Amino acid sequence: MSQPKLQVEHLNLSYGPFHALNDITMAIAPRQVTAMIGPSGCGKSSLLRCFNRMNELIEQARMTGRILLDGEDITQTATPLVTLRKRIGMVFQRPNPFPLSIFENLAFGVRIHELAAGRAIPQIVEHSLQAVGLWDPLKDRLRRSALRLSLEQQQRLCIARLLAVQPEVLLMDEPCSALDPIATAKVEELIHQLKREYTIVIVTHNMQQAARVSDATGFLLLGELIEFDATERIFTAPRDPRTEAYITGRFG
Amino acid sequence: MARPAWQRALGVQRVAFVLLFLSTLLIVIPAVAIIGTITVRGMGAVSWEFLTTMPTKGMRAGGIFPAIVGTLELVSLTVVFALPIGIATAIYLTEYATDNWLTRLVRLAIVNLSGVPSVVYGLFGLGLFVMFLGFGTSLLAGALTLAIMILPVIITASEEALRSVPKSFREISLSLGASHWQTVRHAVLPFAIPGIMTGTILGIGRAAGETAPILFTVAAFYLPRLPDSIFDQAMALPYHLYVISTQIPNIPASQRYGTAFVLLVLVLSLNLAAVILRARFRRRRQW
Ligand SMILES: Nc1ncnc2c1ncn2[C@@H]1O[C@H](COP(=O)(O)OP(=O)(O)O)[C@@H](O)[C@H]1O
Ligand SMILES: [Mg+2]
Repeated sequence: MSQPKLQVEHLNLSYGPFHALNDITMAIAPRQVTAMIGPSGCGKSSLLRCFNRMNELIEQARMTGRILLDGEDITQTATPLVTLRKRIGMVFQRPNPFPLSIFENLAFGVRIHELAAGRAIPQIVEHSLQAVGLWDPLKDRLRRSALRLSLEQQQRLCIARLLAVQPEVLLMDEPCSALDPIATAKVEELIHQLKREYTIVIVTHNMQQAARVSDATGFLLLGELIEFDATERIFTAPRDPRTEAYITGRFG
Repeated sequence: MARPAWQRALGVQRVAFVLLFLSTLLIVIPAVAIIGTITVRGMGAVSWEFLTTMPTKGMRAGGIFPAIVGTLELVSLTVVFALPIGIATAIYLTEYATDNWLTRLVRLAIVNLSGVPSVVYGLFGLGLFVMFLGFGTSLLAGALTLAIMILPVIITASEEALRSVPKSFREISLSLGASHWQTVRHAVLPFAIPGIMTGTILGIGRAAGETAPILFTVAAFYLPRLPDSIFDQAMALPYHLYVISTQIPNIPASQRYGTAFVLLVLVLSLNLAAVILRARFRRRRQW
């Protein structure tokens, strides 16, 4: 295997006295979709927020261990969070565009990072919308409020807003949980396309979704990584009885 | 035989309702009386000339032009001082401050400032700005005094506006790699502006109507010309009204009511603007 995009080593996370993640070690391959599954409250979102260090907004959160991005430790105090979060972006559970126009939503990160100015901004906007399949339906409505889009389009827009800052890793925390099955299928199709260019880590409590979209799957239970392997293997021949119990729907 | 309990309860309930309703009605009466009297008796006195000419005959005749201009200048200058400081304080308190003794002290100060009687502000302004800092009786001293007076209003309203911006906006912005300040500047502040404006307009309304804080700091008893700099004295509507109502004999009532009417219209329209702005903002807000 080539060098992993993200290498997690002995990662521990606690919220005050509560130990949320326990000694997680795993490697996330570049340009693949890695799914994290497990019952609600097992620490999937917490793990995702370790990668872009959003847990640091929570005052009592403490993280130990290492996470290497392209071989470089990003858990150091000296790690510039601005650069880190530009490289590792996040899509949230609920579609959450700013109450601004479609254009302004997409331009937000571009302006923050000064990736472009003046007439170059519309180009990035077009590019990002094209990447998520929204350019054709929306190109004449860029000045409209993003909140008037359907939930599916809003979630696509949020992905586009992220692509506009040119990230390398996309963290997706249950990106389809607010969507109906048809919209979900379309977003899954999009995820499939995006992995050609991006490394994707997706959290889901929907096992079918994990099976459909991911190349590798990790199963978390009560803050422990029970099993991490190729998706096919996890779903056909899990090694741990707890994994098997979960994917066959006996708990969770 | 005694009436059943439920019937008695119903009777008490009716009485309670009537009493509560009458008490509520009571608050409407002074409002209608004040606005009504001043409108009826003052509107006739107001003419284009009254609004745009200098007072004459020891303020017994002529217009109130310098008092109007003085109040407008005073209020504008007040906003210039109070708004940036107010917004900055609110941003610090909501977005940066941790809960420590210093923050609690600042909050205590803000709460107490808003309870200080306005005449105390006047004396404070006299001591600090007029005398100690040597600004003299001037627009500058008055505006600074009024700015301190309305700071709590602006800070409180701005804090509330900033807090009502959803936490998720901050999270999205940070997750896109924005710095803390960029987040505040681009993902929080723009969505708080309407609330901040509402608070500011209410503050302006308060500043425009107060007499005591400007009494010793800016107001000229009689200055039949416009101030030529911020170091100059100025007339102002509330003080002018006070003067012509208490200090000068034989003034036609129309002068007083006319002045009161202009002041009332100014202050009420500011409050109305704030109410409309807030309502429109609430309706348009989509998050
Ligand atoms: N901010 C927090 N403070 C304290 N405990 C938290 C916080 N966030 C999450 N937790 C706890 O950490 C555990 C894992 O949460 P989370 O990562 O959100 O789970 P998942 O995404 O798998 O549902 C849960 O038990 C939750 O209660
Ligand atoms: Mg979660």
